[in-house]
Parts: sequence; C-alpha cells; structure tokens
Amino acid sequence: MSAAHRPPDADPSPPTCWALFTGFLWLGMSAFGGALPLARHMVVEKNGWLSSEGFTELLGLCQFLPGGNIINMSVALGMKFRGPRGAFAALMGLIAAPSLIVISLGVVYQRYADDPRIQHLFAGLAAAAAGLLISMAVKIALPLRGNWAGIAVALACFVCIAVLRLPLLPTMLVLTPLSILLTWRRMR
Amino acid sequence: MSAVLISLLVIFTQLSLLAFGGGNTILPEMQRQVVEVHQWMSNADFGALFALSQAAPGPNLMIVTLVGWHVAGWQGALVTSIAKFGPSSLLTAVALGLWERFKDKPWRRVVQAGIFPMTAGLMAASAALITEASVHSWVLGAIAALVALVTSLSRVHPLWMLLVGALIGLTGIGQP
Repeated sequence: MSAAHRPPDADPSPPTCWALFTGFLWLGMSAFGGALPLARHMVVEKNGWLSSEGFTELLGLCQFLPGGNIINMSVALGMKFRGPRGAFAALMGLIAAPSLIVISLGVVYQRYADDPRIQHLFAGLAAAAAGLLISMAVKIALPLRGNWAGIAVALACFVCIAVLRLPLLPTMLVLTPLSILLTWRRMR
Repeated sequence: MSAVLISLLVIFTQLSLLAFGGGNTILPEMQRQVVEVHQWMSNADFGALFALSQAAPGPNLMIVTLVGWHVAGWQGALVTSIAKFGPSSLLTAVALGLWERFKDKPWRRVVQAGIFPMTAGLMAASAALITEASVHSWVLGAIAALVALVTSLSRVHPLWMLLVGALIGLTGIGQP
C-alpha cells in the first residue's frame, strides 16, 4: 500500500514504513523492563503519530486482545498508517534487535555454563528476575481489593495453574466465562 | 519440518492466542510444555532463560525466541517467534477495524473486567513458578525477596535490580 493510493482526506503526513520500522527499532533497543512509558513517548511526543488520547484509546484495544501490549501496539499503528506492510515493518523493527541480543546472551550462557562464576552470576540474575515478577504480580493483584468474586477467581486460577499444574486452555475455558458472569452481575 | 519444530509451532501458536493480559501470563503454560511435557530443558534452565530475556531490551516476551533457540537452534527461534507473534498480530490487525464499533459497547467493559482476575491469578502463578525454578539456596531467596520488596516500594529501574542480583550472585556467597 503506497502513499499514492491513500485517500486525499487522509492525514497529511502518515509515517512511512521505514519510519515505522526505525521508530520501533529504537523502542525495541531502548526499552528495558516495561516498554509502555517509552512507547507513549516515542509515538506521541517524539514522532507525533498519535495524540495522547489516541494513544490511550489504541492501547485499550492492545490490552483487550491477547499478546504483548507493545507488540500489539506496533502492529495496530503500522496497520493504521500503512496497512499490512506497515504492520509488518513496525513489528519487525520492534523485535529484530531484541531477538539478536537475547540470542547472543543465550550463546554466552551456554558457552560458559560450566564456569562456576558465570553460573553464580546467572543464578543471581535469575533470582532478581523472579523478584521483579513477584512485585509485578503484587501490583497487578492490588486493584482486586474488596472484589471478593474477583479474588476467588484469581485464587482458583492460581491453584489450577501453579499447584495442580493443569493446562492453560481448559482452565481458561472454564474460569474465564465464570469470571465474566460474576463481573457482569457485580457491575449491573 | 521436524517433529520438534512442529511441536514448537503448535505450542506457541496456542500460547499466542491465550496471552490475555500481556505476555507474562503464559509463562506457566510455556514452562509446563517445555519442561514437563516435552522435557526439552530443566526447570533451572527455564528460569535462567527467563532471566536472560529480562536482562535484554525489548518487549517482555523475548523468552519465546530464546526457548526456540535453546530447543532447536536458529530454526527453533524463527518458528517460536512466528508462532508467538504471528497469530496475535493478525488478530490485532483484523480487530483494528472493528474496535471503533465495539469499544463503547457495555459487553466490552464486562469482558475486559472479567478477564482481569484471571490475569492476576496467572501473574501470581508465573511469579510462584519462576521463583521455584530460580531460587535454590538461601542467598538466592534473599535476592528475590530484596528485589521484590525494593521494586514494590520504590520506582527504581528494574535493570539496576537485575545488576544488583547478578553481582551478589557473582560473589558466590551461599551458593554451591
């Protein structure tokens, strides 16, 4: 989909596929531990691709659908401005550098797996990563305060997945409709 | 395509479509599949790969690429990446046109609010299972507890906490 085929009433300067690629490439390389604030900065303030409200609304869609929020954001933005080619360009920009970096780290980990110092270093890193995940889980659970039905669903889900080690698909097929039903009764 | 690659494709396609509430909610199922069902790696390896993916920049699910690479090299990394990022991206591209129509519908709010407790439960499960995979000595437990406490109570950048954890680990104190 080239610029020439766009309707004349479209935004005067939608980002090109290349701009989408490089914008998300920068985001992918600079986002450590939570890309959302940086994504808003890149899309709204740095490049002016969306207004702040437009970003929040698009984020709503990205959070509603399965998949990582920033991944979905790259696809939605690319699609919005340049169709499937734009979506592909933005997504590739986002994951290209992180993929190479993470595999390089994997190579180092594997090559020096027998060196006790490297083992100790990675063990400490893994423990810290677990700690980050614990605080993330706590922060996500806090809004459930006072919502007893929600807490019951979250607990049931935790027991099914972490204690009984049941597969995710049947757990979700049973608990999600139940949770939606309880939420519907609560919100009525 | 080998049987391993096909298994990776099937597993990560399913994970892609079940990843409601962001990326980390599917960690328990990913671990169940690659450690318990297929036994492609040990639980400790899975914890280490997760840690590596957190130390790298980018979206928070780069462990997907790393698991694929660990199991089946470059082809594995390519297959898991396509399977994980493809289906949810297609869904996003399609839903973009429909979003205007359903974003203000009451059912949209109910569904989203209804999914939230599941996200909270899955995140707690992720934290519990990754901690189980990564903490096997008192000093590692202390690192995890310290990082959890500091990042819950302050806005310190996560990367600093990973660095602190790695440096404490490097001293070898309390580790076999």
